[in-house]
Amino acid sequence: MIDASSLLQTRSVTKSFGGITAVKTFTMDVARGALYGLIGPNGAGKTTVFNLLTGVYDTTAGEIHFDGARIDGKKPYAITRLGIARTFQNIRLFPDLTVLENVMAARHLRSRQTLADAVLGTTRHHREEQESRERAMSLLKLFDLDQLADERSTSLPYGSQRRLEIARALATDPKLLLLDEPAAGMNSQESFDLMHLIRRLRDEFALTILLVEHNMKVVMGICETIQVMDYGEAIAIGTPREIQKNRKVIEAYLGGG
Amino acid sequence: MRLSRKLLAIGLGTAALVALNQMFEHGLGNFQINPYYARIINLIGINVTLAVSLNLINGLAGQFSIGHAGFMAVGGYTATYLTVYHGKAIAALAGSTLSDGVGASLAMVASLAVGALAAALAGLLVGIPSLRLRGDYLAIVTLGFSEIIRVLILNIPAVGGATGFTDAIPITNFFWIFAMAILTIMVVRNIATSTFGHALATIRGDEIAAEAMGINTTRHKVLAFVISAAFAGVAGGLSGQLFANPLNPQNLNFVKSIEVIVMIVLGGIGSITGATLGATILTVLPEALRTFDRQFPGLRMVVYALLLILMMIFRPQGLLGRRELSWSWLGAGRRTKQPIGRSGTGGLAR
Repeated sequence: MIDASSLLQTRSVTKSFGGITAVKTFTMDVARGALYGLIGPNGAGKTTVFNLLTGVYDTTAGEIHFDGARIDGKKPYAITRLGIARTFQNIRLFPDLTVLENVMAARHLRSRQTLADAVLGTTRHHREEQESRERAMSLLKLFDLDQLADERSTSLPYGSQRRLEIARALATDPKLLLLDEPAAGMNSQESFDLMHLIRRLRDEFALTILLVEHNMKVVMGICETIQVMDYGEAIAIGTPREIQKNRKVIEAYLGGG
Repeated sequence: MRLSRKLLAIGLGTAALVALNQMFEHGLGNFQINPYYARIINLIGINVTLAVSLNLINGLAGQFSIGHAGFMAVGGYTATYLTVYHGKAIAALAGSTLSDGVGASLAMVASLAVGALAAALAGLLVGIPSLRLRGDYLAIVTLGFSEIIRVLILNIPAVGGATGFTDAIPITNFFWIFAMAILTIMVVRNIATSTFGHALATIRGDEIAAEAMGINTTRHKVLAFVISAAFAGVAGGLSGQLFANPLNPQNLNFVKSIEVIVMIVLGGIGSITGATLGATILTVLPEALRTFDRQFPGLRMVVYALLLILMMIFRPQGLLGRRELSWSWLGAGRRTKQPIGRSGTGGLAR
């Protein structure tokens, strides 16, 4: 049944690529306001789940519900409009745009001006551009990137690029934020700061956050609920403490004995 | 306030163009412009319209179209057909004839509008199926499309077939050519600097990330493509009704499309200033090189090709890269020796 307190639900979602089933009858319930972790060994299907949730892949079977609407089969841009934003495992910033423009580009979907407004340079056009600029700047400030607003996005250091990706995702006004390995490549200080930032974002923006992460310190440190995947299937779900003791999880990571 | 300033700018611009047009046609005192130069200047204007409009789809949206000549043909033949067969009736609406300024202007506006519309429609038909996909499909489809159009025209006697549309009435003049070139530049510039332009840049940069940021990539690509096609149609309408310059299917082939691509690549793909500069240089250059032909006939095109090759070796990002001419850029140029826009602007090299 579809539970109203959940923001995101998947029901027996399956995805096959030819003969390989990357995700098998995967069911997940993410409550509103949750900090939900999805972990698993390499190749377990975590990123595939993200790609299914955001419409990059079509499901082979099953249903995905978000905020009361069925979203499987919808286009990625339509899903983002409904309120799911994401970051990517391999950073995907827009190389030709500055730091500020990267965030402004993500405001485009909320823009009500038409192309004619832009061509004719109407008052609405100028007002909206101004609003978008201000909103983008305030997000950059939050991530300590406002000093770098006019730099080219790809010239930023790695850690800053990761933060910029999160800022850009937030610019779409999401209800659910999907973070794909946000701590990848970060040192322990940076990942410590990231944990604080993620928690703060959830509280200040009233977000629900779903993250895939390999850094166990980060996952165990901030997630309230963790779901573990192995070979495309969910093998365990629970609090960090429960997951750490779960035999199946230990076997998946260390091999069965 | 803003609106009145805009209207003032439009008024002043129009007056300036009218005055220049007057000088072009009737001279100024004893000064009479050389018709050969006048012709080259007119061709520059048409090529600017072509290059800047192609830059919208190839440069800004990063979708490679090689069918600009096809859209130019659709718009050009439609526009010219309209004036040849219905021009008198259109001029009569204003109680005038085609040899009169008012009647000719009305016929010009009507034919350009209809030509642009026809080209836009063709753009929509070609764009919707091919722009839904990522990759080089657009290049293949546009190439095929422009060849189909060319062969089609060859077989329509009403528009002159293989001999070209020689019935065309020469109502194009300096005023309309440059009014349209400026209009194209303004429209493309306003698109490029708006969030719509940012959206096109995201599509060029990373289509998957663009979709993830809520941008309907197909819709944006098709819109950019249709606008680009419409202005190619306008350029066709101007070109076909220019004195002693009839449209001919032979000149509207694949080579013509490549010529326009070379203009924007030379100027710096993605830059509107670059496209304008590229169109100007590539219109003047073959003419300027005619001096070579006096001593060594045929050497002209060798030198022309050599210059382009050298250009691609030493400045692969084009003359301007992605930079635009702007007030701040001019100011910066004055203060420091180095002309700087935003640093590290890219181009084809990446």
